Amino acid sequence: MKARIHVMLKNGVLDPQGKAVQHALGSLGFDGVNEVRQGKIIELDLDETDEKAAHEAVEQMCKNLLANTVIENYAIELRD
Amino acid sequence: MKTAVIVFPGSNCDRDAQVALKQSFGSDPIMVWHGDAEMPDVDLIIVPGGFSYGDYLRSGAMAAHSPIMREVVAQANRGVKVLGICNGFQILTEAGLLPGALMRNADLKFVCRDVHLRVERNDTVFSSHYTQNSAIRIPIAHHDGNYFADENTLRRLSGDNLIAFRYCDEKGEITDASNPNGSLYNIAGIYNENLNVLGMMPHPERLIDPSLGGTDGLPMFQGLVESLAA
Repeated sequence: MKARIHVMLKNGVLDPQGKAVQHALGSLGFDGVNEVRQGKIIELDLDETDEKAAHEAVEQMCKNLLANTVIENYAIELRD
Repeated sequence: MKTAVIVFPGSNCDRDAQVALKQSFGSDPIMVWHGDAEMPDVDLIIVPGGFSYGDYLRSGAMAAHSPIMREVVAQANRGVKVLGICNGFQILTEAGLLPGALMRNADLKFVCRDVHLRVERNDTVFSSHYTQNSAIRIPIAHHDGNYFADENTLRRLSGDNLIAFRYCDEKGEITDASNPNGSLYNIAGIYNENLNVLGMMPHPERLIDPSLGGTDGLPMFQGLVESLAA
């Protein structure tokens, strides 16, 4: 299966890069952007074919390495 | 007394740490490669600054899972003194030895200059040769030094007196203007609960000799020499 993991800073954690991007959009004339949050997407190609097992494995990968849960949330998408 | 410096691919302050340890302890530290799974028992381990593994994923994230860090965590849990400087601090938080995280500097810039730190307590093995509440001058050089922790953790750090150093002005006042990176509570360094692990963004090992422009880093090493000999 393939997994796609979205890693985002938690709500309430200041995202200075998002702020800088928001500012740049404004200076380019793109008005009305109230907030920008920047994150990461990580794609995995897995041997596992069982969705439940794959989800559990990716969850562990997120907790152990891919996300820092002090500051980041993650969301996992799986597909064949 | 035996000391060790951990060397990761991308470490660049390991030699500074080596010189600081040699000058203060009078013998060479063991330089331990990140891929080693074992290390002899030592009294003090320095996890040095640099850009371990190119800061891939997050600063310190990959290094925290290298084979030698399991050994560092095991020795820290046995009471061995561990000093993480700059990238070393990031690695110690990623490895779970210290709480919180070091985020991108609030102004997004790499900051490389001397700053002042207030010594929050001087009753630890790392700080006994400093004067409580004095302002010391130590260099910083980092892009990801913005200390963050949740409210409960901050309250605990503050309540249990685990904040080691805070960014301040030259008079020792904690001000927003003296905060170089947006760290909460102006935190520059913290201890673990047992006070045997210290992580800090500034570089005491870079100011141990007058020829380097100052000696405000020296008391940390003198304090370690004295307390480890005792």
